[in-house]
Amino acid sequence: MDFIFVDRETDISMHTDKIGYDSKIESELIVTKADAVINWIRKHSVWPMPMGLACCAIELMAVGASRFDISRFGMEVMRFSPRQADCMIVSGTVTYKMAEVVRRIYDQMAEPKWVVAMGACASTGGMYRSYATLQGVDNIVPVDIYISGCPPRPEALLDAMMRLQDKIANEQSSKTLLSGNRSESAEITAAKEGR
Amino acid sequence: MQLVLDDILEKFPFLTARDSADHNAVNCPEDNFLECIQQLKDQFDYDFLIDVTAIDWDVETPRFTGIYHLFSTRKHCYLRIAVDCADSINPSLPSLAHIYPAADWHERETYDLMGIHYSNHPDLRRILMWDDYPYHPLRKEFPLAGIEVPLPAADVAERTGTQVEPAPMMGGPFVSSADGPMSQTEPSARDESWTESKTKPIV
Repeated sequence: MDFIFVDRETDISMHTDKIGYDSKIESELIVTKADAVINWIRKHSVWPMPMGLACCAIELMAVGASRFDISRFGMEVMRFSPRQADCMIVSGTVTYKMAEVVRRIYDQMAEPKWVVAMGACASTGGMYRSYATLQGVDNIVPVDIYISGCPPRPEALLDAMMRLQDKIANEQSSKTLLSGNRSESAEITAAKEGR
Repeated sequence: MQLVLDDILEKFPFLTARDSADHNAVNCPEDNFLECIQQLKDQFDYDFLIDVTAIDWDVETPRFTGIYHLFSTRKHCYLRIAVDCADSINPSLPSLAHIYPAADWHERETYDLMGIHYSNHPDLRRILMWDDYPYHPLRKEFPLAGIEVPLPAADVAERTGTQVEPAPMMGGPFVSSADGPMSQTEPSARDESWTESKTKPIV
């Protein structure tokens, strides 16, 4: 199977005309956009890294087990090494002492990477309005998806992961690939100013 | 149970009975504390140290009281021992880690959260908060929301621009108070769900 990559702005039909594509004769040729192919690959091969810090991790385990079965959506390859994962699911209470570890593990993950803040504690600190708890993991890592709930139902996590897939599908990945890595610190600063 | 307490009070004349709603409890002077504990373990079968904690009496003197819970697995009874710290500014108690190994981490926790120094402790480091944390959070003067300090890791703090900040307390309370029945003191009974944008309802 061959791919022909074109820009986002280009009209595909122009190319099919140019190469004289005839599906009856040359049925193994697909004309597409680079973003579409890259995103299609990425969204169906998300390797999550369970950052299980509290009771939300139990629901995360339920999602991996047979009743809810995250593998139906192509995300069952839970990796406990950040080097092999590209989606960190922060499930639980992040203390100030643990914040350093969460950030370091996030730094060790290879680009592109995404973060899901699962549950009230990871999103905002939740009920822990105290001296020891980081008030939202978005203070230290850029978060793509927030899940409400204390803890969220497994369905909620599945929904969030599918929304993450939608988000990945709409990224301008070829542009990001060409321009180099995105700057996380800038994203955090922007997020903080937006709040 | 009362018999055991009478035996103990008779054996150790420096102990005084302490008011208690549940188990036997005694007050012990700091000077006789180690000797008393050693004999309670050897002669009265108190072979299990359940808990080590402390009380902060706020403005009273002495301010800190060390609390020890012992259990006898042979007699099946508990004993609570309270020891006042003579020094209220730099409170200190002798460590029990060489008598009961279980005391090691309990004393580290009490040191971490209450700031009581245990002399002769084998490894008196913080156990919950990070090593450089400057406060003892369970002391009365420490606010629940916390106090502004840098994050434990300087490079992470610099990269993310984050620091330890007092937690927002609007919309609370988030903890129960101890000044009444639970039905009136728990957070749901005292709902103050007012925020910056939504004013406090007038009851």
